Amino acid sequence: MNLTQEQQAILDGSKGEVMARIMKTLVMYGDAFEAERMVPVTGEYGHTVISYGLKALSATFDLFDTILEGDCALGQKFTADPRPLDKNVPSSLLEDIVFRKIMYSQQDRYEEQLKKLGILSDDGFTCAAYLPEVGNTPGRGDVLSWAESSAVVYANSVLGARCNRNSGILELMGSIAGMVPEFGLLTDEGRKASWIVEVRCEKKPEAQLLGSAIGMKVMDAVPYVKGMERWLGTELTEEACTYLKDFGAATASNGAVGLFHIENLTPEAKDLGESLIAEGARVYVIDDAELRRVRDSYPVIWKNPDAKPQLCFVGCPHMSMQQLRDWTDAVGEGLKKNGRDKVAVPTVFTAPTPVIREFQQTMDGYRLKKYGVVLSYICPLMYMNNPLCKKKAVITSSNKLRTYTSARYYTEPEILDIITGGRAL
Amino acid sequence: MMKQFKGRVVVPGNCRAEALVSHGGFNTLASYQMAIMFGDKEVKCGDQSNTEIYKMPMLGKALCLPMTIGSTTGGMVLYSVCAQKKQPACMLFSKHIDSLAASGAILSDVWTDEKMPVIDCLGDEFLETVKTGMTVTVEADGTVTIED
Repeated sequence: MNLTQEQQAILDGSKGEVMARIMKTLVMYGDAFEAERMVPVTGEYGHTVISYGLKALSATFDLFDTILEGDCALGQKFTADPRPLDKNVPSSLLEDIVFRKIMYSQQDRYEEQLKKLGILSDDGFTCAAYLPEVGNTPGRGDVLSWAESSAVVYANSVLGARCNRNSGILELMGSIAGMVPEFGLLTDEGRKASWIVEVRCEKKPEAQLLGSAIGMKVMDAVPYVKGMERWLGTELTEEACTYLKDFGAATASNGAVGLFHIENLTPEAKDLGESLIAEGARVYVIDDAELRRVRDSYPVIWKNPDAKPQLCFVGCPHMSMQQLRDWTDAVGEGLKKNGRDKVAVPTVFTAPTPVIREFQQTMDGYRLKKYGVVLSYICPLMYMNNPLCKKKAVITSSNKLRTYTSARYYTEPEILDIITGGRAL
Repeated sequence: MMKQFKGRVVVPGNCRAEALVSHGGFNTLASYQMAIMFGDKEVKCGDQSNTEIYKMPMLGKALCLPMTIGSTTGGMVLYSVCAQKKQPACMLFSKHIDSLAASGAILSDVWTDEKMPVIDCLGDEFLETVKTGMTVTVEADGTVTIED
């Protein structure tokens, strides 16, 4: 890499040994991808994927101690992924002991570190920090040093920011240094699509199922998706953005997609059209049969595949205000249809704290509570990250949660049917 | 049978180990999360979607893979695995290394004393040739030798 004199001096130790090692890490990262230079981080805030004080990751927190002792303050404030614990979420006594005393015994230590490092606020714990209520919404062209696969793919694709799929720890090092190596999704060339996806479904595909199919097929490539206009339109409305939030999370977790283009919808696709498609791009056709095939390929790893659901999570990634409203209406209608007052399965909807606070002030918030649905800021993935949950029959409409845990995937209409008592499993 | 491949050195080093081969993308978080959380001594793969290596021990193996996929905690997980001395003997990528694996490999190299050579760009033929259980030797210049 070609470093400026100032960057070389930092690498040589002008700002201390710890800062030199941070710079060495970033330079090696750039060298691995043939980056030629560092570019400044221009987004206002960072975002870290690390939000949990998992005992097993003590080495990471030791490293943060080293960084703090080296007086390496972050050049920018940042948001973080959701917290792993919330007393409002149903859990047994045994689970409480395992969660608080064993698994997340480093949580207090880490949250203290986050304060010193520069967490934006106590409301800043969410995987969907780009939602307007949270306030970490980058602008088009902003260079970011973020991690969290669902947030990176959203920022790149829907907001038009520029960010690589950085890892936890490294994203904070970019924020500390105020610079990142220029490669991949930071370059025009790296944002070109090497896959054309033609969606030929008869009805609007489930966002998390379509994203899963595309992620599994294209892996880390950039897909240019055609055929969505009839369902998503040509403007980034709240409904379209919500769809793309969930779609993107599935592409990123079931594969490794960091950027997608939706024809006539996402900012770069609207401006540049098919010139975004690289020469020799491959074609993947998705119809209803292909979506069925993908769905049928998901393994069910419950101990008893016929078990009755014990818990339902909706909101991985965190739900938007619009989603909370829509789900409240749908749950209400489902309960009425099935002659019930409350949900038939303990159900948790997860959303960012500021969204929850605002939603709870509304009539919909009151209704959802009356229906027995728990609202939480928790990270369902972290909640389920233990063997006790593996024994639990958890259902979800999140393909990300399905990928990383033993939760069983159902489409949103199926989830609705199950939790409102219309469908016994 | 003995066959040699030449790749690009991401993290230099030498090692000799038994191969563990994943032809699909290796999901770092899903593969390691249970093992590191609950102190599995063999560090068995916990990724239910990767049926090829699910439940197989990963500790000290020559992990042969196309790329890593999944959550952006991947690099941090790999760093933590190395810091706990539970890493594979080496990581051998048929394709260009991805950003998450690169982060983990580099963080481990810069911030721990553990050694985990990482070679990428070994080519599709490498992954077609190497089988789980074969012996793999890695040299500092990126030469990888597979022995039946």
